[in-house]
Amino acid sequence: MILAILVFNNHGKPRLPEEIQQQIVRETFHLVLKRDDNICNFLESGSLIGGSDYKLIYRHYATLYFVFCVDSSESELGILDLIQVFVETLDKCFENVCELDLIFHMDKVHFILQEVVMGGMVLETNMNEIVAQMEAQNRLEKSEGGLSAAPARAVSAVKNINLPEIPRNINIGDLNIKVPNLSQFV
Amino acid sequence: MPAPIRLRELIRTIRTARTQAEEREMIQKECAAIRSSFREEDNTYRCRNVAKLLYMHMLGYPAHFGQLECLKLIASQKFTDKRIGYLGAMLLLDERQDVHLLMTNCIKNDLNHSTQYVQGLALCTLGCMGSSEMCRDLAGEVEKLLKTSNSYLRKKAALCAVHVIRKVPELMEMFLPATKNLLNEKNHGVLHTSVVLLTEMCERSPDMLAHFRKLVPQLVRILKNLIMSGYSPEHDVSGISDPFLQVRILRLLRILGRNDDDSSEAMNDILAQVATNTETSKNVGNAILYETVLTIMDIKSESGLRVLAINILGRFLLNNDKNIRYVALTSLLKTVQTDHNAVQRHRSTIVDCLKDLDVSIKRRAMELSFALVNGNNIRGMMKELLYFLDSCEPEFKADCASGIFLAAEKYAPSKRWHIDTIMRVLTTAGSYVRDDAVPNLIQLITNSVEMHAYTVQRLYKAILGDYSQQPLVQVAAWCIGEYGDLLVSGQCEEEEPIQVCLVTLG
Repeated sequence: MILAILVFNNHGKPRLPEEIQQQIVRETFHLVLKRDDNICNFLESGSLIGGSDYKLIYRHYATLYFVFCVDSSESELGILDLIQVFVETLDKCFENVCELDLIFHMDKVHFILQEVVMGGMVLETNMNEIVAQMEAQNRLEKSEGGLSAAPARAVSAVKNINLPEIPRNINIGDLNIKVPNLSQFV
Repeated sequence: MPAPIRLRELIRTIRTARTQAEEREMIQKECAAIRSSFREEDNTYRCRNVAKLLYMHMLGYPAHFGQLECLKLIASQKFTDKRIGYLGAMLLLDERQDVHLLMTNCIKNDLNHSTQYVQGLALCTLGCMGSSEMCRDLAGEVEKLLKTSNSYLRKKAALCAVHVIRKVPELMEMFLPATKNLLNEKNHGVLHTSVVLLTEMCERSPDMLAHFRKLVPQLVRILKNLIMSGYSPEHDVSGISDPFLQVRILRLLRILGRNDDDSSEAMNDILAQVATNTETSKNVGNAILYETVLTIMDIKSESGLRVLAINILGRFLLNNDKNIRYVALTSLLKTVQTDHNAVQRHRSTIVDCLKDLDVSIKRRAMELSFALVNGNNIRGMMKELLYFLDSCEPEFKADCASGIFLAAEKYAPSKRWHIDTIMRVLTTAGSYVRDDAVPNLIQLITNSVEMHAYTVQRLYKAILGDYSQQPLVQVAAWCIGEYGDLLVSGQCEEEEPIQVCLVTLG
């Protein structure tokens, strides 16, 4: 069972020590960052999350670390492949994903993750399937106006514009332009 | 009141903050704006506000005042609202808040929604954070969805069922009829989650386990198809067809075959096939092999298969990839009790791993080395282990020293060797030995009467050079006190009688 999934970069800005959750993130960050690149990707967390049954399995991509905290019922090598699938899916959904994409669209990252892992268990590993489902849901969202509810606002804004009176005839010397009768913008 | 800023704007603004205090100020300002917007019951911007709240929650700031808003979003008709609402519920709520029970009715309605994605959202939320009460109320709906033909929903329902069973084990019976056709699915997503569901049920109840044993032939068939099928672009990962499903099936076979001769018999062939035909050049192949090895070791397999498995592990040990070496050492540790001789064949490779740079591998190698020590190899192994004790990191020294003492006690070829070994440990890692090492050693010395002279000579020489290691000094002091006469009288044939100078320990 997958207990936690963490993503952080090299700088891992320390955050307010509000809850245990933040503490776990900080400790994990320190443990993983100490690791060299040529040693294995498995860490026993021991004291970290109360119980020596848990392991941290991580992969390092450019500036980002993807860390999965799992118990003994998951295959370590399998999780490594799962992280790869997840990152490749992010890449497909965001088109050459980079750190900024993850920061500005953390809700989308969550939604993608919801298609991959559910309740601590692996749900779907077929990348094309996940991407197809994400696209369908995004289309559904777009048709409703999206997260910012922007188009709805735009329409109502335009409705309220006071279009000034357009003169019927514009006299510019010899030219006589007849302005067509524009219907009220609906 | 001006429109609340977009999520993107907020993120951009926060990133410009140069100090923690500046960021906190921005967040507080935005929280205040969000709070007043919530108070105004503005439906249009609620999802935008909750999205921002979730971002701030991720950064570590309190966001509990958004919990009720999430519920309002879930109840909305728009997909966008529901999506963010459910996400918010999963992030901000858990069973400890009473508020979460209010979701039950919404989830129930959404489980029967006409749009599959809404149903999917509801299943996801229930499967991630449903409490026992919620699970009890909604188990029936989940069971219905488990029988649907829509594969998107079926796979989610399967995992949701696992969660329900975990929370309320008594409901397991309810899902039994729905499992009848699960393995007939073509869709790999559904197959995968079905195997997870079956695994969970088998692990929890011996009756279920007995019931599902009849599925072994079907599982073997599915696995065979995966291996023989050739290239399938949909499920291909580095040249292997759906390794995740293969690994899951292998794990289920392990549970079904344990302690059962018939089932183990039925899977012998396929296990041998997987073990010999899988490509090992990439991590994927090795993951499957690893799972196969674990399965072979756990069921009642024939001895030829077991030897094959251990040889695979031996090959893993020589692999360049440290991850593979790590899992190999872990597995060998599990099997060393039952298949001791087979593992002994790989002893030299294991001992080489003591010199690896990686801390996790060193630890595994050390534990395995101690497990492999026996009367025949004690001298050679001890040399390696003492060398390891010398050069390893401080965090290992205590465990290594204890291990050496235990091994020496069990298999020492001679008393002299035993004492030499203990002295060596005390001089190299004296400050790391456990407290009971000193009395044990004294006991040992007392009992080996013929060694008294030799021992006291060696101890004296040892502390002459260096008396910083406390246990050594303790033992030496006691010894010299007891057998000091032997020290000066020259009774020991090997050493010259020495002039003892008074050593004042300042």
